[in-house]
Amino acid sequence: MPSRQSSRTLNSKTPRKAYRKFHPGTQPAYNYPPYASTQKRCPTQPLVIAPQTLSEITGPVFGWDDVKPTDHDLTRQHKGDPIGERIVVTGRVLEENGKPVANTLVEVWQANAAGRYPHRTDQHNAPIDPNFSGAGRTCTDAEGRYRFVTIRPGEYPWRNHYNAWRPAHIHFSLFGRAFLTRMVTQMYFPGDPLLPYDPMFTCIENEAARNRMVSVFDWESTIPEQALGYRFDIVLRGPEETPMEKMP
Amino acid sequence: MSLFATGSQTVGPYLHIGLDWLNTRDIAGKGIAGERVAVQGQLIDGNGNGVNDGLIEIWQANAAGKYAHPDDAQKKPLEKGWRGFGRIPTDAKGGFRFTTIKPGRVPAPGGGLQAPHLVVSVFMRGMLKQLATRLYFPDEPAANADDPVLKLVPAARRATLIPKKKGKALEWNIVLQGKNETVFLDHF
Repeated sequence: MPSRQSSRTLNSKTPRKAYRKFHPGTQPAYNYPPYASTQKRCPTQPLVIAPQTLSEITGPVFGWDDVKPTDHDLTRQHKGDPIGERIVVTGRVLEENGKPVANTLVEVWQANAAGRYPHRTDQHNAPIDPNFSGAGRTCTDAEGRYRFVTIRPGEYPWRNHYNAWRPAHIHFSLFGRAFLTRMVTQMYFPGDPLLPYDPMFTCIENEAARNRMVSVFDWESTIPEQALGYRFDIVLRGPEETPMEKMP
Repeated sequence: MSLFATGSQTVGPYLHIGLDWLNTRDIAGKGIAGERVAVQGQLIDGNGNGVNDGLIEIWQANAAGKYAHPDDAQKKPLEKGWRGFGRIPTDAKGGFRFTTIKPGRVPAPGGGLQAPHLVVSVFMRGMLKQLATRLYFPDEPAANADDPVLKLVPAARRATLIPKKKGKALEWNIVLQGKNETVFLDHF
């Protein structure tokens, strides 16, 4: 289990000067017509290609000082137990070079077990759970590990197309080391039959990157007689390697 | 080792549940040096409507032109308590507002200095990956004319990155589509 550390520190002592271009197909397009709302919310002019300057290779530094020790447990935020199947979600935050991202903030939010968010705009006809708010946060440890305790979120309908349902998912927000590594993604569950119908899932062309959004059942983090474990590793944009590092 | 990066996904319509705890009205708290500025504006979609389920995030240097980050090796003062980060949600009409201090100039790649600027990420429902842009300052015409990023922007579109002075505040709209479409950046 990740351990709390006292200060805001980043792991790599080597200064970073530049970040890699994403591998083709690992990131979605701004205009993806199967997700209808993208069409009026995407730029129509080409993005202006700009250098990575000091402003982009730096970014906000958060740490254990910014989260409370209980923020990672979404089942302990109210008087009673939330309804639903308790789960543990663990994983590592890594860079594309495989190195861990230490002491970085991880934020999550999700629907309750019935597929309902406690939000004024969520009109889905499913019950609100007074014992579940659905928000959590934590930090990674020196090895990039994080851990949440929560309940398995329910699937829910949305109006993107006829009979559209979102697969069960947990929203994840990550900062990494720089403005350029900022990432918001979603974690899905293995074997969810809704995945191939979901434009959020299918918007990632690269199969390996798409499947990276699907967690795996993890017997080792499963707590006997208490909660199933799921592992979800997250890979953020990594540093550009110098020619020396590239040599075998 | 080479790993494929995780794919970016939208924040969706219920972003506030998970993200509001870091909302920021004032990026520069008490005791932070610098010229105070107020920024207000609206996030506008391709139909001309305000985006009520979005947020912007700001990252900036302090008044000395120093980032609170270990990869900024400049020998410049950094106040205790300065982080330089802001998260500002849009309201029911797509409006946003925040106060901060005007940042100092930071180094440009290959020498020289950049004009004072904020770097900005834009998130919303209906957007699968955040957009990056910059806010420059209208009272810096000489520095802006020499800025290495602003110079890459077609001249006719540069005004979309420079707010207009409105009373004591700076007014800056982020327009996703159309005639006054904001310039978005790709730092590949």
